[in-house]
Amino acid sequence: MSPAAVRRELEAALIAILVALAAGSLLMIVAGVSPLDGWRTMAVRTFGNAYGLGQVIYRMTPLVLTGLAVAVPLRAGLFNIGGEGQMVAAALVCAVVAAAIPAGTPAVIAVPLGLAAAAAAGAGVGAATGALRAYRGAHEVIAAIMLNAIIAGVALWLGNTWLFTGESTSSAAVVAGARLPSLGITGSGASASIAVAVVAAAGCAWLFGRTVTGFRWRMVGAGPDAARASGLDVARAQVSAMAVAGAMAGLAGAHFVLADEHAYQDGLGRGQGFLGVAVALLAGGRPAALVASAFVFGALAQGGLEVLELVPKEIVDVLQAIVVMVAAVTLGRRPR
Amino acid sequence: MIDVLLGAFSLAFVAQALRITVPYLLAALGGTLTERSGIVDLALEGKLLWGAFAAAVVTHETGSPAAGIAAAALAGGAVAAVQALWSVRLGADQVVTGIALNMAAFALTRFLLQVLYGQGANSPPIEDVGTDVWTSPLLWLAIILAVAVAVVVGRTRFGLRLRAVGERPEAVAAAGVSIARVRWIAVVAGGALAGLGGAQLSLPVGGFVAEASGGRGYVALAVVIMGAWRPVPVALMCLGFGAAEALQARMQGAGTGLPPELVRLFPYVLTLVLLAVVGGRGRAPSALGRRD
Repeated sequence: MSPAAVRRELEAALIAILVALAAGSLLMIVAGVSPLDGWRTMAVRTFGNAYGLGQVIYRMTPLVLTGLAVAVPLRAGLFNIGGEGQMVAAALVCAVVAAAIPAGTPAVIAVPLGLAAAAAAGAGVGAATGALRAYRGAHEVIAAIMLNAIIAGVALWLGNTWLFTGESTSSAAVVAGARLPSLGITGSGASASIAVAVVAAAGCAWLFGRTVTGFRWRMVGAGPDAARASGLDVARAQVSAMAVAGAMAGLAGAHFVLADEHAYQDGLGRGQGFLGVAVALLAGGRPAALVASAFVFGALAQGGLEVLELVPKEIVDVLQAIVVMVAAVTLGRRPR
Repeated sequence: MIDVLLGAFSLAFVAQALRITVPYLLAALGGTLTERSGIVDLALEGKLLWGAFAAAVVTHETGSPAAGIAAAALAGGAVAAVQALWSVRLGADQVVTGIALNMAAFALTRFLLQVLYGQGANSPPIEDVGTDVWTSPLLWLAIILAVAVAVVVGRTRFGLRLRAVGERPEAVAAAGVSIARVRWIAVVAGGALAGLGGAQLSLPVGGFVAEASGGRGYVALAVVIMGAWRPVPVALMCLGFGAAEALQARMQGAGTGLPPELVRLFPYVLTLVLLAVVGGRGRAPSALGRRD
């Protein structure tokens, strides 16, 4: 990437952050809090101690993955709003698999098995969404929203009918070997799954930059007609992009099961799939930038909880939306 | 089972079907106007939600449902104005803009409930308006507006320009008509319609509940696509959706033994199946979603 292109993308991200800061300040005033106080308290409580930092790592982990779930199809010109459903389906499958294996299964087998089960389930949902678009001409955003709702309902039914133990809304615990260990940062939720997320981001960067598949995605994203005219199987590229995206969202589901809840729970990870949209767009769809973008949103999510008594926590959701609003203007803009 | 199906011919059933149809109908008509002008209308969900919110809050504050209904239309129109500013003026990505507006609607309505009433889940209760659908102003407004949209799109000069702007904007510009002006009018009017549809989600049920739109905006957009962007088929399809959902509610009430978690998914499954079967068949306005 040329230095000019880097500068342009950084500028776009900076504009988004500044607009979000301004809007956040306005909302604080509406809520009757001095913005200076609000932001300072948020920063001090979040970054002023090891626990806060650990929590930021914990919160950014699924966001890297759901962000990738948006960034990969974006490359191929598709918009994946189905991260939510892909994540839930994957978490359910992951929890069932990781609870069904023998109790003494060592981590070297149990963890990859759990991750693979989640990635496969997520990829299945993603590929189905992509196929609806590629072969049936269905709008991928509407199809994904419908699938999100259907998967949430089916997961609840499966849970209520077979999986939830006793009166709880939680499935049986996964075996000890399948658990991703905590990083041990003073009681924070930070766990080894951050490594999974970073490796996944590196993997996507490699796919984008160094593989034929990645090149095909970019061809299709730049113009499906031109890609088709040069003999490329556009539908296949679209389905594969959505499948990889689903696998990424699936790994986010695995994070919640293997590192966080150690079981499938109703409502697990809710909203993280949608938040991935903001994460991916702030990063301009680039995997390396995405880790930084997930950090920003992870810090914002944690910070919002830290100032709960001052500002309604919905402020964080508003700021996400504003970042996406700004990205809608800057995204894909090329200088003439 | 037979009883349930026979019940479909009762007046009560028709009333229930119409009550469910109103938000779909108004949102889908709004979406038809917006998309016909060449602007992708993924923000229908947000417009419905803002309409529901504004109707409940203004009715609660003023005690006047008429003011609430007007506020719903204004709120939908205001969201659409932002959408038009982004899509028409700034040339933003229309899909991303729509998603962002929906995210903003979910977050801001909750935020405002929190600031106004100290809790983010629902508005204070209001007296039910239009619970009896036959005397509901929203039903009659919806029917009048459905006819109006069909006439305006199909039989007026503005309608001709609207269709042309969605198909061949260059030709319209060459004829000396402002593309931006036609789009602004279509998008804002479409937004007002969708906002009105939102009022039906809060006024007859005694107030606003967070996330009251429940995906209806996306279903409505699917109906616009399946109705091939033509007002009459779109309106009839909304009626079909309303009837199907009312039938589902009846069957659930009659106790079919199907799990409630799955019965509730009916509209989403129906939408997905229809999208897969007929979704790609109709021809979209040629300029739809183009950034220029």
